[in-house]
This record gives sequence, C-alpha cells and structure tokens, in this order.
Amino acid sequence: MATNNLQSYELMVIFTPVLAEDDFKAAQKKFSDLIKEHGGEMTHQNPWGLRSLAYPIEKKTTGLYWVSEFEAPTDLIAKLELQMNRDENVMRHMVNKLDKHAVAYNLRKRNKHTAEVVAS
Amino acid sequence: MAKQNDIKYLTSTRVEKRAKKYCRFKKLGIKYVDYKDAEFLKKFVNDQGKMLPRRITGNSLKFQRKVAHAVKKARQMALLPYVTDLLK
Repeated sequence: MATNNLQSYELMVIFTPVLAEDDFKAAQKKFSDLIKEHGGEMTHQNPWGLRSLAYPIEKKTTGLYWVSEFEAPTDLIAKLELQMNRDENVMRHMVNKLDKHAVAYNLRKRNKHTAEVVAS
Repeated sequence: MAKQNDIKYLTSTRVEKRAKKYCRFKKLGIKYVDYKDAEFLKKFVNDQGKMLPRRITGNSLKFQRKVAHAVKKARQMALLPYVTDLLK
C-alpha cells in the first residue's frame, strides 16, 4: 500500500429511530470496525442519540444521530459509502473532509466539553 | 425672512448614521463554521429558513460562502429545515 497519507474526516449518520439501544451501539460498532479494519483510526465518537428532525425523512420525524471523527486513507470513503447505502438502518449519512481549522475547532470543543464535565 | 435655524422641518435633516457593519468572523477570529451548530446558523437564516444575503448579515464574501455551505449541510442532515414558518 502506498504511503497512505491519512486524511481527517467527519461522519454523521442518522439511524432509524426504531433501533433499540443495543442495536444502535451495534450499528456504531459495525461502522467504526469497518474504518479500523481498512487502516483508518477513530479519533472521536459522539452519539447524540434520539433527536427530532427538522423535516420528516422516510415518514419518520425523529432519528438516532451519530457523529464520529476519524482519520482514514483516501480510498476508504468509497467502501464506507457503499456499506452505508446498503445498510437499511441508515436513513441518511454524510462524510465531510476536515481542514486544519475544522480539526482544531473540534479539538477545542472537545477539550472545553471535558473541562466542563470535570468542573461540574 | 425666517432665519435658517427657525425653520422647523417635518423630518430631522440630520439622518442618524447607521452603525458600520463588520464581519463577525474576522472580528472574533472564528475560522471554521460548524454545520452541526444549528443554533449559531439560525442567526444567518430568516424565520422562513431562507439564507440571509450578505448585505444583511454583513459577512465578508469568504465567510458568507462558508456559512452557505454549512447551512446547506445542516439542511441535508435535517438539523435545519429547508422551508418553514416562524422558525425563530
């Protein structure tokens, strides 16, 4: 494999709200394992859980949100998209490339969050 | 002959000077517009969910584009509605 320069990406997925708690975790694990398998590396996972949607998707007004940030070789995204389209639990997904400002923003937000948690 | 300052106009002659608009991103040094932060993006969207033009938001071109991209991503992920009424 060429020197796979790892790019940082951010994945946001909306699962159908029908999923039970452990199915939700299983679905998260499935995709994070897929990323780790192909030489990617999960930096952060942040399940938002059940949230109401701004407009109904597939006749449902709520969805299980899951946001995750990871670093991956550039060819992994196509595989990930394929799996996402195949999986019927996934209502909608979006992969974003993060530039350095975005990575710094996420890092700062995470540190601020942990600082609050520690303080409270 | 009425002296200059005797004349009373209906509307004040001195139009009050509107505050100079500034790009909030440059002033605060924000570099990245996060599409996940729907509350912040609502400042750039009118109450029908439509994006406000630059002359209203006062953003610089570079950051107005970043905001536009972020709003479109948020709409795609159902964080912001495409069209609604009384959003705020």
